[in-house]
Amino acid sequence: MSSRRLIPPVLAFAGVIGLWEAVVRLFDIQAFILPAPSAIWTAFIETWEIVWSYGFRTLMEALGGLLGGTVAGVLIAGAVARWSTIRLGAMPFSAAVNAMPIVATAPILNQLFGLTSPVSKMAVVAVMVFFPVMANTARGLAEVDPSELELMRAMAASPFTILRRVRIPNALPFFFSAMKVAVPLSLIGAIIAEYFGGPQDVLGQYITNRAQLFQFPDAWAAILVASLLGIGMYSIVLLAERLFMPWHVSLRLQA
Amino acid sequence: MDFIVDAQQLGKTFEGKAGTVEALRGIDLQLEPGEFVSLIGPSGCGKSTLLRLIGDLLQPTTGSLAVNGKTPQQARIEGDYGIAFQKATLLDWRTVQRNVELPLELAGVEAHARAARTDELLDMVGLADFADHHPWQLSGGMQQRVAIARALSQRPPLLLMDEPFGALDEMTRESMQQELMRIWRDTATTVVFVTHSIPEAVFLSTRVVVMSPRPGRITDRIDIGLPQPRDSGIRESERFFELLTQVREQLRSSDSVS
Repeated sequence: MSSRRLIPPVLAFAGVIGLWEAVVRLFDIQAFILPAPSAIWTAFIETWEIVWSYGFRTLMEALGGLLGGTVAGVLIAGAVARWSTIRLGAMPFSAAVNAMPIVATAPILNQLFGLTSPVSKMAVVAVMVFFPVMANTARGLAEVDPSELELMRAMAASPFTILRRVRIPNALPFFFSAMKVAVPLSLIGAIIAEYFGGPQDVLGQYITNRAQLFQFPDAWAAILVASLLGIGMYSIVLLAERLFMPWHVSLRLQA
Repeated sequence: MDFIVDAQQLGKTFEGKAGTVEALRGIDLQLEPGEFVSLIGPSGCGKSTLLRLIGDLLQPTTGSLAVNGKTPQQARIEGDYGIAFQKATLLDWRTVQRNVELPLELAGVEAHARAARTDELLDMVGLADFADHHPWQLSGGMQQRVAIARALSQRPPLLLMDEPFGALDEMTRESMQQELMRIWRDTATTVVFVTHSIPEAVFLSTRVVVMSPRPGRITDRIDIGLPQPRDSGIRESERFFELLTQVREQLRSSDSVS
């Protein structure tokens, strides 16, 4: 990216932070309503070790659940794309699971997998990311240009060869769009699951605890860590996308 | 003489929700090695269906069909034909070179031999400098040349082409026809070429097969005795115009029958 293209986002970012700081100071807004960015920054530096070590635990829950949900999603997508009976059975079921508000199941999953175990948080995350990954990947595997299939058939390609040479590359863009949804979802899922109880040394619990004590700058510092983790994970997806499918239409202009 | 394509009383009926459609009836067609045969006719005359029967992409309902002396399925599995469609149908994630070598890769040809053959093919279609480009970086005509190179990669005795130049502009189309003529002469491949265009059929073919719809059938076979090798000068010759007229009148009369 050229430096010229960096200017607008940097300006927007600085503008919002500056405005926020100015409003808080100008109207003398109390810290328990809205702390100033400078106060959040001070808290962030002072609690650096705590928020990052808590953030690390939350990150592990998010990643564990993301991995589980993604692997399950991709496997089911493969089966759904391959066997139409499975598609008829699995699609409505998965859609129903997806329609279920996850907040409602978090307390149950917490009990089921053990309140203190990170596995219960991972389970919440896995349920959340499963559907977008499964539905998108299944579409990518199935929606192949018919003439590409005809071509492969003309070359006497086996179904496995077609899967490897055509269906999987075709599904990659679909899979990466799903990951761009799943990655932020995984952090949301992990933090929500933490709100419902469990070990105290995680972001979700820390945020609720600090908020109850009116230590809002501390809570905001934890939110800042969660945001940075989200941005980091999202950037890794973008990087992987460039690595695995530099040929794709969405990346061509930069190529 | 062994025919490279031998169809006898070939018929194809599609069973759909809207009832049965008789796409082809009583097709007799024999192709000798080295021929360039165009199938021409209005939409729905079954010319693409006939091409797909030869390629074993569809199975006939009635009649018999031999390709290169084998069943169509055997011929397909043994790589006896290459195929090109109206859409170039290149795999976006592969470079030009990797697209051209795809059939060789699937046939288990080792990398060294693949690379050598691909270089040769890209030279033949004038795209040697574009080996590392991706399909979307090429113009429509260039993409189609890649598709032709791919179709010829295994040196098949038969080349099936389904309106390969149908999506190209007129200028590109004529230069592609020119190029196809050269490739056909150099490779001695038998070509079955489906087209809508009368001048294209007459310019390219040794024989034009005129078809008509409902049900799809062959109404005439016209030998094109234009001299070889053909270049664009032929397009202005009197004989060329006579043949155009002959094909056009045949198309019209078979149309009015149906």
